Amino acid sequence: MQVGVIALQGAVSEHQRALDGALEALGRSGTVITIRTLEQLREVDAAVLPGGESTTIGKLLQKFGLARELIRRCEEGMPLLGTCAGAILMAKEGDGQVERTRTPLLQLMDIAVDRNAFGRQRESFQLPVDVRGWATPFPGVFIRAPLITRVWGRAEALALMGGGVVFARQGHLLASAFHPELSDDLRVHQLLVSMV
Amino acid sequence: MPIDLDLQQLRHGTTLLKRGFARMQKGGVVMDVTDAVQARIAEEAGAVAVMALERVPADIRRDGGVARMADPSKIAEIVDAVTIPVMAKCRIGHFAEAQILQELGVDMIDESEVLTPADPFHHVNKEGFTVPFVCGARDLGEALRRIHEGAAMIRTKGEAGTGNVIEAVRHQRAISGEIRGLAVLSREERSNRARQLEAPVELVHEVAKLQRLPVVNFAAGGIATPADAALLMQLGVDGVFVGSGIFKSADPAVRAKAIVEATTHFDDPKVLAKVSTGLGEAMRGIEIERIPADERLQERGW
Repeated sequence: MQVGVIALQGAVSEHQRALDGALEALGRSGTVITIRTLEQLREVDAAVLPGGESTTIGKLLQKFGLARELIRRCEEGMPLLGTCAGAILMAKEGDGQVERTRTPLLQLMDIAVDRNAFGRQRESFQLPVDVRGWATPFPGVFIRAPLITRVWGRAEALALMGGGVVFARQGHLLASAFHPELSDDLRVHQLLVSMV
Repeated sequence: MPIDLDLQQLRHGTTLLKRGFARMQKGGVVMDVTDAVQARIAEEAGAVAVMALERVPADIRRDGGVARMADPSKIAEIVDAVTIPVMAKCRIGHFAEAQILQELGVDMIDESEVLTPADPFHHVNKEGFTVPFVCGARDLGEALRRIHEGAAMIRTKGEAGTGNVIEAVRHQRAISGEIRGLAVLSREERSNRARQLEAPVELVHEVAKLQRLPVVNFAAGGIATPADAALLMQLGVDGVFVGSGIFKSADPAVRAKAIVEATTHFDDPKVLAKVSTGLGEAMRGIEIERIPADERLQERGW
């Protein structure tokens, strides 16, 4: 199989490393590529939309028809994991910050997000996350993190924190407010790869 | 919505959170801005962060005198104007300015040679802060000393305020060349090399193994065009700072957007040709040889 990280801006190599690890842990053979073109986006069986700045990645996705193609691939059933900024971009609804910056959302998941919900960088934090059905907590790394404030329709909450949702799933789509690629725990990436 | 979480009780300011913040900036452009209007232009163009300043380096260079941390009202104005991270500069070794910047909610502090140094012996001990720091470096030894002090991001010093990319290229080539050079050294030889570099031996071993710095490494100092950004990205930096290059050019909004796109598509000449077209005049720029040695900002720092 071929999995890819959308490499417009943000923590790309960290997700590549985690995907490599997840493939190995699951005993699946496959390659991990970076995605910057339509051709690359058409080649992968699963993808990650990484953390970075949602205002930046959102704008760059609009170039060269990448956003349209990503939506089409997800409608076809391609598994996609969005972390932090990636989770914001996958949401149907954003907050005032998203509206004010006219950040174009992909609107893939029935979730609403609150950007920088916990504050600025000095308020960034580490806290274990209890994920539904997982035996042990996941090491959560929250950097200027968003919070999923509402989940409806086909989306379901997989982990709760701070009066909101920090990990959500809608079929083959995953959105996390935290950064699994910055921890050594591969379970989030394994979940993505196992959906292929 | 209100957060039901006691933020006081959480782990803040860990090395992972500091270096992690820097990692989220990768592949992006940090832009110098001097007011709310410029900050919003930068955000709209796709900047990953803004650097809040009273004067851009080109003006600091022109005006002379002692350059200090910006007035807190200036930083607050810019913090309030944008949703993306805000960075600000303190003088080398001026930990009191750094404390003030952290208090103001700045997301990353640039301990910068663009301002007049405050301590002739020491840089700020960055471990003691919750917010991450970025520091300039001209070579591997300088980069490792800053990382040892707790810097979460390194940037080339280049020669700020010149619009001339040659010094940033010099520094990036020095750092990457020295990293490659470590690969062929035995463990004992690396101990000697660490002494030459005036850097901790553990860090030298780590860099030899990783074949890169253990923190994010950006280019800064003289970047003025999309092609400049692409050049440094192809030389292996993780992202770029553009100082005077944007708001000293004829059409800042258009140039800023072009540099963002060039930084992302740095290895695609088709895209680079397209985004480099019709940007209007770049900043005028200065030949490095015309700057007297004692006025070169890159010489500041130890």
